Amino acid sequence: MDDTDRLIINTLQTGFPICDAPYNKVAESLSLSESDLLARLQALLANGTLTRFGPLYNAEQMGGALTLAAVKIPAERFDEVTEIINAFPEVAHNYARSHELNMWFVLATETPEQQQHTINAIEQQTGLTVYNMPKLKEYFVNLRLEA
Amino acid sequence: MLEARDLAVLAQVSAGLPLCPRPYAQIGMELGMDEAEVISRVTALKAQGLIKRLGVIVKHRPLGYRANAMVVWDVPDELIKELGMYISHFSFVNLCYQRPRQPEWPYNLYCMIHGKDRATVLAQLEQLNEACSLARYGRQILFSRRCFKQRGAVYQAMPMAVVANG
Repeated sequence: MDDTDRLIINTLQTGFPICDAPYNKVAESLSLSESDLLARLQALLANGTLTRFGPLYNAEQMGGALTLAAVKIPAERFDEVTEIINAFPEVAHNYARSHELNMWFVLATETPEQQQHTINAIEQQTGLTVYNMPKLKEYFVNLRLEA
Repeated sequence: MLEARDLAVLAQVSAGLPLCPRPYAQIGMELGMDEAEVISRVTALKAQGLIKRLGVIVKHRPLGYRANAMVVWDVPDELIKELGMYISHFSFVNLCYQRPRQPEWPYNLYCMIHGKDRATVLAQLEQLNEACSLARYGRQILFSRRCFKQRGAVYQAMPMAVVANG
């Protein structure tokens, strides 16, 4: 990754034009050729620096439900429970964290009912209590990371 | 109200915008729409907020963001809004939410900081502590140890990038 790649990433985290030749427009603003921009994006996707190039949806506005949940997994069961939880397609993000509540995951379901259903299923399959912490209020979201 | 043709556009772009000079024309070709219709529908979906933003979604670790801290505080309910808004002004804060307290888990204010290393994140937290007088409240810092999954949600075979912390 070079400075041009960083510039592309930083620019395209803020938005992308909706017009007939959007890559050309972005390329011009960065003093690149359109084909160079496309090739670099292709490479950044291929090497995993970018997870996706496209839209970030508002899941709740689409009728879906999101929540943050956590479990306390006894050390000796960590791998087994991780496998169970990761196998749920509703689990969108999952992190091990340094705390007694040592696994934190985001559940994304099409409806709020499915969210409860998934929580029940995880409790049943793991035998652990799921702490459910849906957001009550969003003060700030800025997922841009300076490359 | 979403029309079937809007849903078709959403589903088609959800996997990613085509990397070619006329991406909206390409999407239209898959759907039997012309480029102008795709552009006007995507513009409207963005204006309605269903599409929060278009662009790139980065992976943290390849960019050198290895320290990911979730910080939680137990603050008085009557102060949470003010504190949440104040914390959000700091440029290193990526997310700030209010969430319900739980039995044995009294924390109600959550903030996420993605940093390049732990020392930087801890110094930033110290800055927050001082500026917002947060030291008096119960707090926990949960650094991520491993990332097992970081992907979009899948709705009816439609992958959706979701905000990292629900």
